[in-house]
Amino acid sequence: MSAILTEKNSIPPPWQESPGLWTLAWRRLLNDRVGVVALVVVVAFISMMLASYAGLIAKNWSKEVGVSYANPVFMAGAENLEARAVTNRDFGTQAAPVDLSDVDPLAPRYKEWDERAAKISVTETRRSETLAFGGDKWGRDVLQKVIKGSEVSIFVGLTAAILATLIGTILGALAGYWGGKVNDFLEWFYNIFTSIPYILLILAFAAVFKKGLDTIIFILAFTGWTGIYRLVRAEYIKHGAREYVKAAQAIGASHMSRMFVHILPNASHVILVQLSQHVVGFIKAEVILSFLGLGVPVDMVSWGTMLAEAQNELVIGKWWQLFAAGASMAVLVTAFSLLTDSLRDALDPKLK
Amino acid sequence: MTAYVLRRLWQMIPTLAGVILLIFFLFNWVGGDPAQVLAGKISNPEQIANIRKQLGVDEPFWFQLWVFVKQVFTFDFGRSWSTNEEVSRILLTRVGPTLTIMVPVLVIETVLAVLFAIMVAYVRGSLTDRTIMIVCTTAMSISFLVYIIFFQWLFGFKLGIFPVQGWSESFTKNLVTYAPLPIMLAIFVGLAPQLRLYRSFFLEEVNQDYVRTARAKGLPEKKVLLKHVLRNAMIPILTNIGIYLPSVFVGSFLLEVFFSIPGLGREIITAVNRSDFPVIKAVTVYLAMLTMIINLLVDVMYKFVDPRVSFK
Repeated sequence: MSAILTEKNSIPPPWQESPGLWTLAWRRLLNDRVGVVALVVVVAFISMMLASYAGLIAKNWSKEVGVSYANPVFMAGAENLEARAVTNRDFGTQAAPVDLSDVDPLAPRYKEWDERAAKISVTETRRSETLAFGGDKWGRDVLQKVIKGSEVSIFVGLTAAILATLIGTILGALAGYWGGKVNDFLEWFYNIFTSIPYILLILAFAAVFKKGLDTIIFILAFTGWTGIYRLVRAEYIKHGAREYVKAAQAIGASHMSRMFVHILPNASHVILVQLSQHVVGFIKAEVILSFLGLGVPVDMVSWGTMLAEAQNELVIGKWWQLFAAGASMAVLVTAFSLLTDSLRDALDPKLK
Repeated sequence: MTAYVLRRLWQMIPTLAGVILLIFFLFNWVGGDPAQVLAGKISNPEQIANIRKQLGVDEPFWFQLWVFVKQVFTFDFGRSWSTNEEVSRILLTRVGPTLTIMVPVLVIETVLAVLFAIMVAYVRGSLTDRTIMIVCTTAMSISFLVYIIFFQWLFGFKLGIFPVQGWSESFTKNLVTYAPLPIMLAIFVGLAPQLRLYRSFFLEEVNQDYVRTARAKGLPEKKVLLKHVLRNAMIPILTNIGIYLPSVFVGSFLLEVFFSIPGLGREIITAVNRSDFPVIKAVTVYLAMLTMIINLLVDVMYKFVDPRVSFK
């Protein structure tokens, strides 16, 4: 058996399939240790976001499970003045009831109501003194809030980046491929958008649209396409004159086919790197917009709204919400930036 | 050169027209009926009609566009919808505090970034270089918000070195008392990305032929970097400053919000929250104009940095 095998292997195959750009890029990425770690972290964050969206984890983030500003478990002994203040206010300072039964018109019915109230079973939940990573003002678990917050922040970052890339790619392809009047018109459009400072453009858009998750995605995408447009346009100008495109024209490929079947794959590495870079930028932007109150609505939690709460908490020494939101964002953004760098190296077609 | 500048100014007209159209479209079309915003929740149709007439929203759209164009060129945007203050006065009084913060930031940050970038480029490839780059990448990934919240708490509240927030009438008092903490913060946060960028500019130049020639004729590495590389790297650095310059006037709006500095950035945020359209419209149009002019100035400045550049 083994003899046959070795014999078979000794015959060289007539031709060997050479690996494509994506296979090569994938191999290079796997060889890049930093890139692999970054990829694992990014995938972990995205799975966390999906799990949270599906309701598998952090479903009860809005439940007030702990006392106000519950301590994290690792500092369980620390004094929590805020929680004590709330307890004292509720139960400690109640004055003795004054007997008003002769003037109170509702007095005869109190007994009946008390009986009815007694029939309803009330379970008293005991709020815990400590939570995994501490609690916020209302005693919600900060760890669960961070997970739930990642849902909004990553979702906004990803969708806005995909949308911006789509707009930038299509406009860039049109301008670069057709040139002439189309190019002039789109360049004019580009000049308008870039002559307004970016942050001002975002705020101007934010001023006229209603607040909400879809709005913030739309705003980020509609103001953030310019850089991608410029790069894709340059790629299309470069490739449009290449021989393979001429050859495609000679065999009768339509304009659409040449633009999106022939040239697009050759520009895709630029687009992918831009996409990755924009996700990072948009996650940061979402956090700032939500902080300013221009982002997500109040009934949702995002890293930005958490940081907004954290500002006042720090003064009374409750640092955990700031740390949790800030650190999880920093880890994700670092991983995404490193992944972008690795992608750029891996996808560079000049490297082999 | 005059011909070049004139031609560039001529080319600005369509872009400016586009900016005006975009802003008009956003605020007069998408923005909805301003009368509803102004009249508030308790309003009757009569009141709304009155306000509409006052603002001229019941006129046909081309007439409104004409009014807007006139406003842009006469520098008269009327009064703020929420405070009734004249818009031109708002802009003029708010720009001072913003520049008090942003001009020192721009100058100090650029000098430090160029200096550090040269030093890092000098030891390129070494452990120091790699460590600094990793520190920069990590520092960049932390949100600006976290830095502000933390340092305002640390220096303002815990250590009490600087006032937590505030602003006064006197310029020197502002610069000495209130501005240092925001300025330090902005520099601290802005340094990492700039250092990384400028380092890459220097490294790009280091691989050029003229550097090899300079080394071959026996120049010490320091002289190569400071005399030859620095001058050539100034071109991309200048471009970068040119891109950054217009946003100096918006200021770091986050810093202004946190430290309650009465600057343009905070004014814009307030205007956005109050749907105060005239203020936002004015700021956007004028900053777009300013950006175009700054771009032109930067292009002209290339000539002085790089004698090879000729105006065509």
